[in-house]
Amino acid sequence: MFGLDAVELARAQFAFTVTFHIIFPAFSIGLASYLAVLEALWLWTGRDVYLNVFNYWLKIFAIAFAMGVVSGIVMSYQFGTNWSVYSDKVGPVIGPLMAYEVLTAFFLEAGFLGVMLFGLKRVGPKLHFLATLMVAVGTLISAFWILSANSWMQTPAGYAVNADGQFVSVDWLKVIFNPSFPYRLVHMVLAAYLTTSLVVGAVGAWHLLRNPHLPGPRVMFSMAMWMAALVAPLQILVGDQHGLNTLEHQPVKIMAMEGHFESHKDGAPLYLFGWPDQEKGELKYALGIPKFGSLILKHQIDAPMAGLDTVPRQDWPPVPITFWSFRIMVGLGMLMLALGLFSLWERWRGRLYINRGLHRFAIAMGPAGFIAVMAGWITTETGRQPFTVYGLLRTADSVSPLAAPAVGTSLLAFIIVYFIIFAAGVAYILRLMAEPPHPGERGPSSEPPIRTAGVTPAAGVVQGAGS
Amino acid sequence: MSVAVDLATLWAFIIALAVFIYVVMDGFDLGLGILFPLFPGKHDRDVITNTVAPVWDGNETWLVLGGGGLMAAFPLAYSVLLPALYAPLIAMLVGLIFRGVAFEFRWRTRAQRNLWDIAFAGGSWVAALAQGIALGAILQGVHVEGRHYAGGWWDWLTPFSILTGVSLVTGYALLGATWLILKTEGDLRDKAYRISWVLLFMMLLAIAAVSLATPLLTIQYAQRWFSWPAIVLTAPVPLAVIGVTVLLMKNLAQKHDVWPFVLALALFFLSYAGLGISMYPYIVPQSITIWQAAAPERSQLIMLPGVLVLVPLILGYTAWAYWVFRGKVGHDAGYH
Repeated sequence: MFGLDAVELARAQFAFTVTFHIIFPAFSIGLASYLAVLEALWLWTGRDVYLNVFNYWLKIFAIAFAMGVVSGIVMSYQFGTNWSVYSDKVGPVIGPLMAYEVLTAFFLEAGFLGVMLFGLKRVGPKLHFLATLMVAVGTLISAFWILSANSWMQTPAGYAVNADGQFVSVDWLKVIFNPSFPYRLVHMVLAAYLTTSLVVGAVGAWHLLRNPHLPGPRVMFSMAMWMAALVAPLQILVGDQHGLNTLEHQPVKIMAMEGHFESHKDGAPLYLFGWPDQEKGELKYALGIPKFGSLILKHQIDAPMAGLDTVPRQDWPPVPITFWSFRIMVGLGMLMLALGLFSLWERWRGRLYINRGLHRFAIAMGPAGFIAVMAGWITTETGRQPFTVYGLLRTADSVSPLAAPAVGTSLLAFIIVYFIIFAAGVAYILRLMAEPPHPGERGPSSEPPIRTAGVTPAAGVVQGAGS
Repeated sequence: MSVAVDLATLWAFIIALAVFIYVVMDGFDLGLGILFPLFPGKHDRDVITNTVAPVWDGNETWLVLGGGGLMAAFPLAYSVLLPALYAPLIAMLVGLIFRGVAFEFRWRTRAQRNLWDIAFAGGSWVAALAQGIALGAILQGVHVEGRHYAGGWWDWLTPFSILTGVSLVTGYALLGATWLILKTEGDLRDKAYRISWVLLFMMLLAIAAVSLATPLLTIQYAQRWFSWPAIVLTAPVPLAVIGVTVLLMKNLAQKHDVWPFVLALALFFLSYAGLGISMYPYIVPQSITIWQAAAPERSQLIMLPGVLVLVPLILGYTAWAYWVFRGKVGHDAGYH
């Protein structure tokens, strides 16, 4: 089917479903924390604007969370349906990490989500805040476990192989806190925070363009731009450290990211652009800064760096994808930094809420976080090919004994279903975003308000519960 | 290796418990979707979805625990069963996707609400049917060679698996109908009583059919149920089914609010216990026992404290969430 064999189809299916899935956690990790901060500010200051903005984003959170849940269930079964050999061999190590994710995170999120969405009136503001906090903490715990599992596959540690060919743990702490895990975890959580702040900032900017005096959009935009200004530079620093860690543990991935087909004895260049030709093993039309690659990666201008010519061909990752997705991520990161700095400058000049150029820039950057997250994951997941467990288990040896038509049919089904769901979900979220938060904004416990005079009749109910 | 033996059995119980909690909890909210076509009015549908809107996420999480736990504790069974059940599982996932997002989406659009209602009902039907078919496909056994599934990708489809599929749809619908008795009032509840009667008879028929068909699958099931002295242990199950049914009929006739749901759950428990009796100690019937499939001791051990401490905690705060949203659902709770 599609001229692909079963392994390629299974890979396409995993790539498609996981790329679709990561959009929602990337958003809901950040949004859950943002909601907790908003509710805390509301409880602390008593200002209604925080509750309005909270309820506004809560409705969007409900949709994004539901889409994250259903696309996540697919992931937890796909290991078995399409990657059964992998599951049999790696299950004893990865399985417990995922089981702990379910036990410590998924249940916490799902258990308190109902109260968070619908329960303010029933449980009162203090308990409701606790529920919001539990959901936010749950998203972070979830990130902890799943990134630990992913990192173990990238940099396996603390394991042995038993008589059945299964990986088994000899030291759980080494398994969980494997070498790339701390970097990946911080990088991803910051990415989620940045992604959310860019979305919140774009929505705030969109409404400020129409009316710079609206209190809700001002709160959103100001908070989002603080976040971008503080986190974007931090993220670049963390990304650099993550890169150094990758160089130590997965040097071949770095070669692909940098387009280093050939080795450099005294100082490798930093290629900015070029066209990687996997077949010929060369970077065409390369534009680079001499010696700069060694400076960044080895902090020494003349440090020798090995290239893909030192690696057997069958162990090469797909270089063009790795090379380009990495550049997309880094480029967007630089733009985020620029937005953060621009906002700081305008804030200092007292023009944060009125500079239309800044607002337009922020709107354009609204989806940048999602694209950067996807590009980053594509870099790290493509760059560790052709292995599922780095250096130990090949992707081609991990797949289920299934015929291509079975995998192709299910891939087709997922593509159709996800496009329907995605189109509808994004449309509904954009529709909610098109309105600014109103005084007396209601939470998800309401239909889209019938807008007659701007203030909805049930406003007093929720506010009554809070005061 | 006595420790390993005990661990495997313990884990078999834990996985079975997770699956049972899933069946019970998602069973009634899938049941609501199955019953959706019988309640065409917008108001009824709003009330019906509102009865589970705050809790459905948590209900579905048990399915993730069942899958994740199986991979962690019995990776061999996970890697054999999931490819064997490929088509029904993909169908189940697609069904769950549609009904899950429909919960949110149907409130966000006026023009397409009917479409999402169809997605909610259709997704629930497909998911329930697929789960039942998967169950039947496991019971009838799958073709294993070495450590791999070696059958074709249509092996799951037999008259027996269709029977278990339809049976599970019926059972979920009964759970859904009795849940509506518990959570609603007025005309909606009256209709739920009438539907419950019909579904109860269908469910008894289904239980009888599956109970008769299962021993015919292989001689092992027949021996498990009918040989002496096993019959001393197995005979109480059908007897209890009869007892629970009589009680359920009495409570439906008396229009009791709570007991029909509880007794419908009891019917599920008995059917489930019957399945356990048939399968134990196999996790892939006739091919792989729980000891053969068990993950290395260290893997099963590391998860044990997590389960023993966290599952009671989870049950605790889940119960709290149900308590917060207790009582009848009228016009003014949840989404409206």
